[in-house]
Amino acid sequence: MSADQFVQYLVSGVTQGSIYALVGLGFTIIFTVTGIINFAQGEFVMLGGMISYRLIASGGLPLPLAAILSILATAVIGAILYLLAIRSARKASVVSLIIITIGAAILIRGIVGQLWGNDPVRPPYFSGEESLSFLGAYIQPQALWIIGITLVVMIILHLFFSRTMMGKALKACAVSRVGASLVGIDAKSMALISFSLAAALGAIGGVAMAPLTTTSYSIGTMATLKGFVAASIGGFRSQLLTVVGGITVGIVESVAVGLNWGPFTSAYKDAIALVVLLLILLVRSGRLATEERAS
Amino acid sequence: MLARARRKWPYLIIAAPLVFLVLIPFDWFLGQYTSIMIFIGINTMVTVGLCLLMGYTGQISLGQAAFYGMGAYISAILSKTYHVNPWLAMLIGAAATGAFAYAIAYPVFRLRGYYLAMATLGLGVIVYILFRELDQYTGGPDGMAGIPCLSIGGLVFDTPFKRYFLVWFFCLAILLLSQNIVKSRTGRALRAIHGNEAAAESIAINVTQFKVKIFVLSAVYASLAGSLLVHHLRFVSPQPFGFLASVMVAVMAVMGGLASIWGAIFGTAAIRILSDEVLAKPELVGWDVVVYGAILMIVMIFLPQGLFVGLKELYERWRLRYAERGAEP
Repeated sequence: MSADQFVQYLVSGVTQGSIYALVGLGFTIIFTVTGIINFAQGEFVMLGGMISYRLIASGGLPLPLAAILSILATAVIGAILYLLAIRSARKASVVSLIIITIGAAILIRGIVGQLWGNDPVRPPYFSGEESLSFLGAYIQPQALWIIGITLVVMIILHLFFSRTMMGKALKACAVSRVGASLVGIDAKSMALISFSLAAALGAIGGVAMAPLTTTSYSIGTMATLKGFVAASIGGFRSQLLTVVGGITVGIVESVAVGLNWGPFTSAYKDAIALVVLLLILLVRSGRLATEERAS
Repeated sequence: MLARARRKWPYLIIAAPLVFLVLIPFDWFLGQYTSIMIFIGINTMVTVGLCLLMGYTGQISLGQAAFYGMGAYISAILSKTYHVNPWLAMLIGAAATGAFAYAIAYPVFRLRGYYLAMATLGLGVIVYILFRELDQYTGGPDGMAGIPCLSIGGLVFDTPFKRYFLVWFFCLAILLLSQNIVKSRTGRALRAIHGNEAAAESIAINVTQFKVKIFVLSAVYASLAGSLLVHHLRFVSPQPFGFLASVMVAVMAVMGGLASIWGAIFGTAAIRILSDEVLAKPELVGWDVVVYGAILMIVMIFLPQGLFVGLKELYERWRLRYAERGAEP
């Protein structure tokens, strides 16, 4: 692999990894606030992309408006998921919650497939299609949008969690749900907010990614798995490590496929990321177990 | 009523369903349902494994379809490409799948809950990708056809009628074996693990070892089911072994009642009949996934023990209340 190619794969890895990071952040936020891991997380990415495409293609809305509406709509769906499924199963065991969120995932995927068909769709680029040249690599403007949006989202999230009352209340729930409710924080509304926020983050990723890679009703499972890899690198606690993890997974996947040797080909792209997932889970298994008990 | 019948005619309770089961494939009885009953038998074998793992031991696996597929592909490749005796191929498939499950079980069961679910889900997807991409062996996404039939001596299982008895022989054997396991010392150990792992450990139950045993057993069940499937269809492709297939196993287990061996038949039958008879109509194509998602959510929210067991418990509670009211003067 030449240096030019390497830069090319690096850039596409960072782009793809940004999406994993956004999904991973969603996982982390819901887990720290509620102690739940939502297996429908990747469906929010799918919803973001599919809704924005529908609003542009069938609704004729301008792109910025469609993007914002689809993110808001997905946030509402996240809230509905919490209210209908998670909240009504208050005393459910972990196994039940896993099954419930998986049920939600295939329900959402099935409905979208029925409403809008099974074919992949591609919403328009945010700006021009002309590739830019950078260190011998060609970069699509959309990739810059994705990386830029992820950066902005991270900064806003950081400010939200450190400067605003609501962000601090969410953080308090993450430290101790009992303690938070003792000082008058309503843990249930915080859980609701965490689901909406996570859904919105996934949708942002979906809206930004869809013009570059196309989107379809069935992309959710992979998004869930890869976002989970990112979040488990961050131990479901650290937002910074989650972002680093997501981008690392993106780069590993992209460069490994670029090797084009033995099993490192595009056919095994997803399998490579999943092997990374298994390795991380095994290396961190002791730590994850203690964290789970503490939450 | 059932209890009284059990006391009066203990053999009838066992014999009646068995006679019914034997009569089903005859044309003058319910012959047109032979094919769906074969699938119910095969799927039940996979479901029972997950019931043992999830309902009794409290451990989740979202990768059961991988073991199902391994049995299927090992049987298909050995018996078709390498002309190995189908029975031997089936045995090798079960042994290899069991060995694979054993090899991954110790690292995987260091994880619990969500992480265990994600790890098994990831493993399942990796194995599915291998089925699809190793096309020089597996035939890739198009699959491979022309897999030979099973036979004993001169008896070739070449019609659905004959295969029905073969499949249900295996299925009932596995159900009986599982029933015995659940009622034995092992079964009590599993329930203790489900209740509280630390407490189980404190009374000298080797928690990890039991989890691994049941995991391997469930993998072998699934592998046998996979072998029977390819010798029935005489065709194999990756499609029935993906992520959705693993979810379907969970739907069937949830439907039957997780901690119920015989519930597995009813859960599997209910879902299979729903998917083949009701949701297979052309105007309903694609809605099946929506229905399964809704079933998973609704049953787990309202009856976390599973549908059949949950309904039974509701009925018992209602009867108790009714009996109390009746006893008042």
